[in-house]
Amino acid sequence: MEKRVVFRSWWLPYVLVAPQLAITIVFFFLPAGQAIWQSLLAQDPFGTNVEFVGLDNFVTLVHDEYYLASFKTTAVFSVLVAGLGLVISLVLAVFADRAARGAGIYKTLLIWPYAVAHAVAAVLWLFLFNPTLGVVAHWIKGFGIAWDPLLRDRDAMILVVVAAVWNQISYNFLFFLAGLQSIPKSLIEAAAIDGAGPGRRFWTIVFPLLSPTTFFLLVVNVVYAFFQTFAIIDAATGGGPGNATEILVYKVYKDGFKALDLGGSAAQSVILMIIVIALTVVQFRYVERKVQY
Amino acid sequence: MTVRFHRLVRTLAAVAFAGVALPALAQTEIQWWHSMTGALNDRVNEFAKGFNESQKEFKVVPVYKGQYPESMAAAIAAFRAGNAPDILQVFEVGTATMMGAKGAIKPVAQVMREAGEKFDPKVYVPAVAGYYTTTKGEMLSLPFNSSTVVFYWNKDVYEKAGLDPNRAPATWPEVMAAAAKIKTSGSSQCAYTTGWPSWVHVENFSAWHNVPIATKENGMAGLDTKFQINSPLHVRHWSNLQEWSKKGYFTYGGRTNEAEAKFYSGECAMLTSSSAAQANINRNAKFKYGVAFMPYYADVAGAPQNSIIGGASLWVMSGKPKDHYKGVAKFFTYLSDANRQAEWHQKTGYVPITLAAYDITKASGFYDKNPGTDVSVRQMNNKPPTANSKGLRFGSFVQIRDMFQEEFENMLSGKQDAKTALDNAVRRGDEMLRRFERTAKE
Repeated sequence: MEKRVVFRSWWLPYVLVAPQLAITIVFFFLPAGQAIWQSLLAQDPFGTNVEFVGLDNFVTLVHDEYYLASFKTTAVFSVLVAGLGLVISLVLAVFADRAARGAGIYKTLLIWPYAVAHAVAAVLWLFLFNPTLGVVAHWIKGFGIAWDPLLRDRDAMILVVVAAVWNQISYNFLFFLAGLQSIPKSLIEAAAIDGAGPGRRFWTIVFPLLSPTTFFLLVVNVVYAFFQTFAIIDAATGGGPGNATEILVYKVYKDGFKALDLGGSAAQSVILMIIVIALTVVQFRYVERKVQY
Repeated sequence: MTVRFHRLVRTLAAVAFAGVALPALAQTEIQWWHSMTGALNDRVNEFAKGFNESQKEFKVVPVYKGQYPESMAAAIAAFRAGNAPDILQVFEVGTATMMGAKGAIKPVAQVMREAGEKFDPKVYVPAVAGYYTTTKGEMLSLPFNSSTVVFYWNKDVYEKAGLDPNRAPATWPEVMAAAAKIKTSGSSQCAYTTGWPSWVHVENFSAWHNVPIATKENGMAGLDTKFQINSPLHVRHWSNLQEWSKKGYFTYGGRTNEAEAKFYSGECAMLTSSSAAQANINRNAKFKYGVAFMPYYADVAGAPQNSIIGGASLWVMSGKPKDHYKGVAKFFTYLSDANRQAEWHQKTGYVPITLAAYDITKASGFYDKNPGTDVSVRQMNNKPPTANSKGLRFGSFVQIRDMFQEEFENMLSGKQDAKTALDNAVRRGDEMLRRFERTAKE
């Protein structure tokens, strides 16, 4: 039996969705449309000399090997940030859920980092890992490992991934913890009585029942890695060394707001928009099938 | 009650009427967007306050709008929305962008001429004025804060390493001989570092050796300019830096001024960076240090030539009411006063931008009391500027500089040799120049 609410008047439903529609149009569709239009123009920063150039901005991008390399950087960065962020926070949530004493303190401490702004988080980690001043850098060197995020690509990538993951763990942790607490204890107890060990109970009961939460967080984390991490990149590495940590969204920001190349930047954001739409579609079509609600 | 109310209405009306009837009493506000922080911000506010107190007609309102790229982006957005500031401080790499925006700016020479203010471009130091003057000789913006690249060395470390602490290395081979000695004697963990890699090791390196950065007088004589920084001399210098980096003589410090902290903290013994870093070094360094000319290669004919400037200038935005321009012109006259310029130079560490400011400072004995403060001035005026050393003007130079520095980093990390790095820099830079040429046609 389906429950349906039927409106008697034909116009009331439209009025009720109108505010949301207005917000969507003003803040999503209009800017997106403007980005598409600007990506077809070449103009000086002040907009005193505007020329329609068709797909020229895109052609330039496709021939730019550094832009193409940025795709690979973004893929590596996003997989690491989303993957590590989910795994670490799930582990933490499972342990916090089990903690008998002092659970409140653990939870508070784990949620804390979420209140830290991205740029601040990046500067914080940058200080810890700074080859000259950093405490952590000092320890690493003590183990005889060379560490220089200014010149070594891998070190710079580690730095930004650590900062981005650390900043996102609290958010993931909150959702995982809520998910864990909504799993009926009776199911787990029943499995335990039947002789299932903790590992088995986790994989056959807890993990499948958590799948809606995990799926939601996967989507959110991928979007986070793609879009919201540019403050971290900007503060920690500036995209360097070379272009080693220049992810797509950072290049959009740099070319548009620092270098004032509006056409090129708009073209990049259009490409980015297409990628994210495609990714979301893939996630909903293929990954969501494995989710049990 | 009603009586009182009526009186109130009448009073309000009278006030409102007075406001309309007596516009002559109202001051014209001049918005000035800048990027000066800390002590420099205080100086900027003092300039505005001094000017505002000197007359009643205009009021200059200085507003800090973030770092150079941020304030420029803010002004551009404001211009597009139709409420740009009257005066905008723009860093030197943004010069070509401002010049390309013909409809957005009003040349300073024209502002002064129309307002009937006395304005003589010849009072400015040639290396400074050349930067902001068109090939036709019209000055487009007012020089404000300029600095140049100088060499700093830690005298205490030199002494420890058995080097003469009172003699700076004049050439690059001498710098590296000193670096070798500092490293082998263990007197400092880092020997040499540099701020602003592109500004120091491409732009000023070229000017100092009198070789072109690009065709068309480094872009000053036309938009169809092409980079020439992959010459044998450039390749030689970059591959030396790569080798010195491998040997540990040269420590890379980052793309902007991070290296300055490495010097004044005592970590690195030698530094090439902005002359404006001196104020900070003075405040923080717990050791004796010296300031000297940039090193060069002695076998290059004509070297050392003269160094070029960095820093910023003041641009006047277009589309403002006429009385605003009158105020701007009066304010610029106020700023250009030789005594004020001399004070600005002495208090900030920026180079004097007028010849008179230099003479006043010299006559006051400032340079004798503060050794090293005149190095930047003497270096900038070392020889009359040539086509290679009077400055540079490239569109999209913010992006291009980043590209140069990316290639530099990829070279230092061992991914490519100096020749490949510079060839890449030229190829990528030229592509940006062609794109800029397209949108900025005269």
